[in-house]
Amino acid sequence: MTSGITKVTTHVSPNEQLIFERSQTGRIGYRLPALDVDEVALDIPAEFRRDDDLEGMPEVSEVDVIRHFVRMSTWNYSIDLGMYPLGSCTMKYNSRLNERVARIAGFANLHPLTNEEDAQGALEVIYELQQHLAEITGLPGISLQPAAGAHGEMTGIMIIRAFLDNRDGAAASHRRTMLIPDSAHGTNPASAHLSGFSVKTIKSTAEGVTDLEHLRELCSHGDVAGLMLTNPNTLGLFERNIKQICDIVHEAGGLVYMDGANMNALVGVARPGDMGVDVIHLNLHKTFSTPHGGGGPGSGPCCCTKELEQFLPVPRIVKSAESTFTLDYNQPRSIGRVKAFFGNYGMMLRALSYTLTHGNDGLREATEAAVLNARYVAAGLVENYEKPFSGPPMHEVVFTDKRQSRKGVHTLDIAKRLIDYGFHPMTIYFPLIVQGAMLIEPTESVGRQELDQFIAAMNSIASEALENPELVLNAPHDTRIGRLDEAAAARKPVLRWKPRE
Amino acid sequence: MLESIGLASAEELFDSIPSDLLLKRPLNTPAALSEIELLNRFEQMGARNAGARRTSFLGGGAYSHYIPTIVDHILSRSEFFTAYTPYQPEISQGTLQTIFEFQTLVCQLTGMEVANASMYDGSTALAEAVLMAERVTKRSKVIASSAGHPQYLEVVRTYVQHAGIHLELAQFDEKTGQSSKSLADAVDDQTAALVVQSPNFFGCIEDLAALADAAHAKGALLVVAITEAMSLGLLKSPGACGADIVLAEGQSFGVPLSFGGPYVGLFATREKYARQIPGRLVGEAYDKNGRRGFVLTLATREQHIRREKATSNICTNEGLIALAATVYLETMGRRGIQEVAHQCAQKAAYARKAIGSLNGYSLPFSAASFNEFVVRGPGNAAELLARVAKEKQIDAGIALSRFMSDRPNDFLVCVTEINSREQIDALVEGLKTA
Amino acid sequence: MANVPEDLHYSKDHEWVRVDGDQAIIGITDYAQNSLGDVVYVELPKAGEEFAANEAFGSVESVKAVSEVFTPVAGAIVNINEALADEPEIVNSDPYGNGWMIRVKMSNPGEVDSLLTAAEYEDFTKAESE
Repeated sequence: MTSGITKVTTHVSPNEQLIFERSQTGRIGYRLPALDVDEVALDIPAEFRRDDDLEGMPEVSEVDVIRHFVRMSTWNYSIDLGMYPLGSCTMKYNSRLNERVARIAGFANLHPLTNEEDAQGALEVIYELQQHLAEITGLPGISLQPAAGAHGEMTGIMIIRAFLDNRDGAAASHRRTMLIPDSAHGTNPASAHLSGFSVKTIKSTAEGVTDLEHLRELCSHGDVAGLMLTNPNTLGLFERNIKQICDIVHEAGGLVYMDGANMNALVGVARPGDMGVDVIHLNLHKTFSTPHGGGGPGSGPCCCTKELEQFLPVPRIVKSAESTFTLDYNQPRSIGRVKAFFGNYGMMLRALSYTLTHGNDGLREATEAAVLNARYVAAGLVENYEKPFSGPPMHEVVFTDKRQSRKGVHTLDIAKRLIDYGFHPMTIYFPLIVQGAMLIEPTESVGRQELDQFIAAMNSIASEALENPELVLNAPHDTRIGRLDEAAAARKPVLRWKPRE
Repeated sequence: MLESIGLASAEELFDSIPSDLLLKRPLNTPAALSEIELLNRFEQMGARNAGARRTSFLGGGAYSHYIPTIVDHILSRSEFFTAYTPYQPEISQGTLQTIFEFQTLVCQLTGMEVANASMYDGSTALAEAVLMAERVTKRSKVIASSAGHPQYLEVVRTYVQHAGIHLELAQFDEKTGQSSKSLADAVDDQTAALVVQSPNFFGCIEDLAALADAAHAKGALLVVAITEAMSLGLLKSPGACGADIVLAEGQSFGVPLSFGGPYVGLFATREKYARQIPGRLVGEAYDKNGRRGFVLTLATREQHIRREKATSNICTNEGLIALAATVYLETMGRRGIQEVAHQCAQKAAYARKAIGSLNGYSLPFSAASFNEFVVRGPGNAAELLARVAKEKQIDAGIALSRFMSDRPNDFLVCVTEINSREQIDALVEGLKTA
Repeated sequence: MANVPEDLHYSKDHEWVRVDGDQAIIGITDYAQNSLGDVVYVELPKAGEEFAANEAFGSVESVKAVSEVFTPVAGAIVNINEALADEPEIVNSDPYGNGWMIRVKMSNPGEVDSLLTAAEYEDFTKAESE
């Protein structure tokens, strides 16, 4: 007797549909306690009430939900799986201990409008993290309210605007130019624009650092509000002349803002406050290990000099002589709130756990390891890939695809082929001033073994580009789906599921 | 390793930093703690937050709803929480598909056509909505209801102060607690948008359809803000009322209170404004074998391409929190969301009636509400609430005097599906005897 | 090798101009569409709007880039190419024909004389790509 099975098909999991396509009327995934008050006719008028019965929303069981998400999760690369050599992103290990700390009930269940007296432990966390970050940056003024790097950056630039308006009065309206390097991240000019500044670009030298002569020239017109820079810069190079740069800008009457995205090269080694920087933002989701979560949440603290403290967002967290913590709203020159409540508090818990777990020595060691790893990778790739700048890279290094592109293989292709080797690609096409930029940042969370594997993979791809370019041009080969037609997706965007008519 | 790159010591790694900038002492931060010590430290700090242990009737922009166990379980999967932004779609389909589902769910709840991959929270989503209204209409006056969440209005003020946008407030009606009428009266042909929160900060439901008509008659947009997203399970969607931009705080959907963050902003609009929307967008796409996948799209709106002409400077969304909301909404589903909303409204009605009948207590606003309402007590509300908290271990509400100095005896009460009848009865008893 | 028709005028911002009496038809060159990649969206002004010479009248988007487009001559918009709303990719496939963008009534027809000839534009693009 035959078993009746005539065809083998693949299991559903590689082709998990959208939840709406799995929905079956009548399935439920929850049970609430029965309503324990007498049901009454609500006084909400009929025309304010929902009348579509939430049509289209899914009806699935708990098993459906678990399988749905677990299956989709298997399609993702993640830090727990392997290294992300993404320059400028600092993809370091997301500690499980930090996760446990964030879930402690005394924090997780605490309402943000709880009275100060009943939230002293919560306020202490904010205060202590502020202390640590102030020490690390060398800048005593600090707000943890911004929810992300770009948000912290906007906050910092608004503080500069407030300072100038306060110092110069009506004359400040002539100071509306923000200087931004040609290698800057796109959030920089966007943030400047939000504060009412216009942008002028500063050139980089052939060595990849700020062109001092050009800076002097731009600062000679009396209209400069400030300079936004990243240090080490987006090419991974430390700006040796940082003190001079800050002096030039200060003498011209402006302030210096530093994008703290690359702090992983500086923690415990050098401090922006000592360099002459006036205001900086940090990324807790980069340098301080809070998880990226597929695109957030982040947290972007803003740190500044004593002089700028009065402009920080309110409320400020203050410690009294009796060691109680209170909220200070009495800051008339504050730029105002940038977010409701205190900021992304859960990320502050994780970041504080990170700094305490490493300790002061550990923080410095992490920085050393991050820079060492980047140098090691640079040394391993320099034979096959063109390194446009000879200066020693800090925690990240940039290469260009000039050699490979002569054979028709470009950065995008190299990135996609790296996926077949089991790695997430590096940052590509940033910064814009390098042709076909490949920006690599291994972080300290990678051992020598994996670094060697990465170097071997990149060198193998370099050979393939010469001997068998089709292999690289059509990559990736080993993923569930291939390269997607992004042009078609952008021409006729489909941004949500709709029921079939 | 140092040897292989030709260095003799770790210090040499920093040779490119001038020696006068190098820190020559350890950081003045604590030494490393072991896991045991660290957990003790945090548990002690957690224990000093009495507010986390009390029965709570606090709302005002952050809400206590039940979070099903599987939400945190799924969030804790390595592949979700340690994943990066999905810039390489071939190895990020998990993240991308969940965001596509999130965008769809937000459209379904708000009744709008296009939603983004999330904003930081409701307050910043409102600020971005105001900036977007100015971009779309090219008008610079925005009129907002004074019954909006005070902190939300503060954030909007911060964002617009240098953006050339003039923000005006329309006052709420002292009897009803709504601001629909004053907003409708104030709109003119210089107005970019009317901004209204519904239910508003006092819990009162606003007349969105009338406001949409009034705004559109003058070529203005209607922007609707929602702090208690669960209200969408019972109230008519803003989209069905004619709203042009809808934003909400999504914390009610499976996100812990966590002392104010991380939360998640929902943001939705009409199809015709899709290219003006801030933040990330995920769209459907196909590979050369016709397999469906998802990809970040319309990136040319964003800062990394358009730089100073971008629709916003936002880079991060709230990925993992949006995932929490997605898991919550799919677990509770079509029936569950409506049932939770139903229970919130019924329990709030029960509480409101009981408190309103107490001697010395009244309900100053007459408009219908969902699950929050204002109570006027016999004396100073802040003191009253402190007494009830201390004596009964109940956080009975939020004193409005924290936000407005002319309402010393008023406080805001919120009731959700997790407040049992016993707890509500204890609240009423506590207020009676305070 | 990019296509550079002889009978057109060119600007250094990679736009072409075809003269038709006192009107000018304007689009972007083959070199430009090739640099941009697959065009996904074209933003165009409305009929009647006026622009100065070298002012931006709209933008062209590909997946990863957006470029403003500038009118080499001053004038008022007579009409725009509506077909680009549904099929922006025509800019890639037929940049000088059906991929035209705007038709302008020139306020100063003499301006075309200061634009580049086909030969001058070809030299210009050769120099740019080095």
